[in-house]
Amino acid sequence: MQKWFVPAAVVCGLMFAIAPVLIAQAPYESTMGLVQKIFYVHLPSAWIFLLSAIVCGVASLRYLFGGNPRHDRTAWAAAELVVLFGAITLITGPLWARKAWGVWWQWDVRLTSSLMGWMVAVAYMLLRKYGGPGSDKLGAGLALFGMANVPFIYISVNYWRTIHPTTNVVPTLPTSFGLPLWFSAVTFLLMFVLLLRLRVRLEEQRSRLDALYLATDE
Amino acid sequence: MHRILFAMVCVCVALAGPAIVWAQQPAPQQQEEFVPIDELPAQDQLPAAPLLVAAYSFVALALFAYVVSVARRMATVQRELERLESDLKRSGRT
Amino acid sequence: MFARIVWLVLRKDFTVEVRSLEIAYTMLFFAVSCVLIFAFALVQEGQAPEGGAAGILWIAIAFAGTLALGRTFERERQSETLRALLLAPAARPAIYVGKLLGIVALLLGAEMILVPLVALLFQAPLLSRPGWLAIILVLGTLGFAAVGTLFAAMLVRARSRDVLLPVLLYPITVPVIIAGVRATAALLQPEVDASIIYFWLALLVCFDVVFVTLALWTFEPLMTD
Repeated sequence: MQKWFVPAAVVCGLMFAIAPVLIAQAPYESTMGLVQKIFYVHLPSAWIFLLSAIVCGVASLRYLFGGNPRHDRTAWAAAELVVLFGAITLITGPLWARKAWGVWWQWDVRLTSSLMGWMVAVAYMLLRKYGGPGSDKLGAGLALFGMANVPFIYISVNYWRTIHPTTNVVPTLPTSFGLPLWFSAVTFLLMFVLLLRLRVRLEEQRSRLDALYLATDE
Repeated sequence: MHRILFAMVCVCVALAGPAIVWAQQPAPQQQEEFVPIDELPAQDQLPAAPLLVAAYSFVALALFAYVVSVARRMATVQRELERLESDLKRSGRT
Repeated sequence: MFARIVWLVLRKDFTVEVRSLEIAYTMLFFAVSCVLIFAFALVQEGQAPEGGAAGILWIAIAFAGTLALGRTFERERQSETLRALLLAPAARPAIYVGKLLGIVALLLGAEMILVPLVALLFQAPLLSRPGWLAIILVLGTLGFAAVGTLFAAMLVRARSRDVLLPVLLYPITVPVIIAGVRATAALLQPEVDASIIYFWLALLVCFDVVFVTLALWTFEPLMTD
């Protein structure tokens, strides 16, 4: 493991401890009140959800046309993080929506496309787990098709009305809201990098193990 | 791995249950006069608390469970690696 | 050369299928049973739920399509003919196109029977504008089969392929299903709003173009060991 890993993990843990204090001190939003505080985990996890999906897609593309197993390991690790952060986004979202919109779920464009993206990632995991030999290439193809699919889902669902706020509100936030949000976002980003590194490490160990087994067989 | 996932699901259901029950309580009667916010009963002021608690506990639990699951998988692989390496060394000597 | 290979693959599949008609019969029977189950579940006192027909038609197509895709490639796997096909000195994209056209033809044949059946059981005026419906069905089927053929071909070598095909296929084909259902539903309105149908048709055309191109592009690296 690299030298930076342990200090970074300590910093990440500290930031996780500090974040709730900052969030608790942030002022209440005018119309939604207390429940709006879900925002400080919902938005950063949604960003990381998107980031890990992009990492998975790019790594898959490079694996498919380059064939370097390193990219395959990154893609698999990132796909697992898509499932993790997607689950966080998709659970915290309805909890907030129940209070803010009065419903748990709405077939709105952002919600639907997030759900479909998450489902593609779950399908990817199922494929990698139960697909047997050859599922690495197949998974890369699936990730590629999943990426190409996003604009179509977005356009098709956008044809109905949308009630989810756009991300344009983020730069206009006053500092009292903005500081906890950015702090939380950086914490999530650090968490993502650490988890990705850890998960890739696991895959590296696994391939070492496979190589050793092959060596003992001979 | 499966046990952790199962435990995670159980905890989520346990957390979501009270939140759903609380959130589905009928909406309060239409109010007919102005009531300052600090004179409202505590329940009306904070109907959001269970939702908020559920959200934050889910985040913490999910991240924790994931780290534990990766750590366990790594420990298994590590153990196997060490066993195999010592086997290899022994068979190399004899 | 390309067209000739496509034609040869298509003719081969057609000859094999005509000999037994196994896939055609089983798929058709399965699709009809699907529609009947929906009719039992949803039609109450002779009244079909409003706007249900479009959705049920597309669900039946998607289910039947998965079955046909799975069976077509299972047959290739059992007799190791896909390997032989890939070893032949033919362009891989041409093999893909031949397979794709075979599946599309099979599904269009099934739709010829499904459409009147759904129209009858759900009292929907599906056949009042046959031209529009035909365009929607062809474009939707092409999009569904374009993704399905590639995935089914890739899954031939994988374990538990029967379960994995629908698992992988449905999340990816969601836009096709949405567009197909919405366009068909718009067609069933008493006053047809042409702009809505144009929008969904445009989306279907874009989807078909993007995914057929993507499949042609990735078929080669995906099918090599």
